Amino acid sequence: MSVSHGDSEPPYLHPDYRATVRRAPRRELVRLPAEWFHHLPGPAFGRVPVRSEDADLTRQHEREPLGERIVVSGQVLDSDGRPVRHTLVEVWQANAAGRYVDPVDDHAAPLDPNFTGAGRCLTDAGGRYRFVTVKPGAYPWRNHENAWRPAHIHFSLFGPSLASRLVTQMYFPGDPLIPLDPILQSIPDEHGRDLLVAALDLTITEPQWALGYRWDITLRGRNSTPREG
Amino acid sequence: MGEDQVPTPSQTVGPFFGYALPFEGGPDSAGGAEVIRIEGQLLDGAGEPVPDGLLELWGGQQFARCRTDAEGAFHFTVTKPPPGSEPGDEAPHLHVTVFARGLLRHLATRMYFPDEEAANGRDRVLNVVDPARRHTLIAQSDGAVLRFDIRMQGDSETVFFAL
Ligand SMILES: [Fe+2]
Repeated sequence: MSVSHGDSEPPYLHPDYRATVRRAPRRELVRLPAEWFHHLPGPAFGRVPVRSEDADLTRQHEREPLGERIVVSGQVLDSDGRPVRHTLVEVWQANAAGRYVDPVDDHAAPLDPNFTGAGRCLTDAGGRYRFVTVKPGAYPWRNHENAWRPAHIHFSLFGPSLASRLVTQMYFPGDPLIPLDPILQSIPDEHGRDLLVAALDLTITEPQWALGYRWDITLRGRNSTPREG
Repeated sequence: MGEDQVPTPSQTVGPFFGYALPFEGGPDSAGGAEVIRIEGQLLDGAGEPVPDGLLELWGGQQFARCRTDAEGAFHFTVTKPPPGSEPGDEAPHLHVTVFARGLLRHLATRMYFPDEEAANGRDRVLNVVDPARRHTLIAQSDGAVLRFDIRMQGDSETVFFAL
């Protein structure tokens, strides 16, 4: 039996997020029988280099970056609730001042010479991942008058099949910008939006060192229905 | 059967992935005599190049990743996957995934090969696509390269598949 999760996924066209207007497909997506592609093994990402030090974004330079040191950790599951082992997790984020290293970012906030803001790891045998980083700052964008993105970390995951590929963003609990963000608010139902908000977790927190946030991720799998067009 | 986990929703890749997701040699998944170079352009609904897109290509044992440049251009080097590398009656093809600022969910399409007319004619996926739109899934021979443009929207919008 499969369950439809249409309202937990954002639509392609969400005019409050202006960039969707010219980029959302307008034709109906072609729907293939699930068994034609859900059993295909997913992309072999083995060419993407992953070193063990890539999971600690605070140790990629001579000194430690400025900002609030945090641990972000969780479990990657398939839609049957089983752990997804040894799958690639990639993250990227702004520094504590809300500025990305990416040359495209022209926000007038300082770069931190000790922070790049990109990390990679593979999940362990229990499907768990763990990154050490600093809490990213909010940053302005030009979507509408006085628009600010809530603090977030970008995530990219593969999982076992073509259907399980996921690029998304993780948000922080209690952020007052969350209700104002057209990207997160593009998700129609509240439960879907809540799935993108991490939880402060004292079991992940390292005493006297770093606050911990827990964020579990569920990938689409064999039993997921295709998303609504 | 115990399937009650709601999948984590998708969000856009945004504009700032360019220092994080591309990797060295990412667009080139194959070497040797059999390699094929694919060149294309990612275009929006106004026909404007999309300079902040990320494409992934996957087929056979190959995985490749390329960001678009200021002209929306991308390229890959691949080999043609063998026929029957997937179950069912399908012609050789590559899976193409599109990420971009302004895409709240990624797009999935396929690239078929222009020198496989007979196999393409029998392909079960091409055969469920509106005949008037099939051409958007077949690369064009352009000298030494295959040309495969992706139109996200508009009159000749590329066929995208539900995931
Ligand atoms: Fe961002």
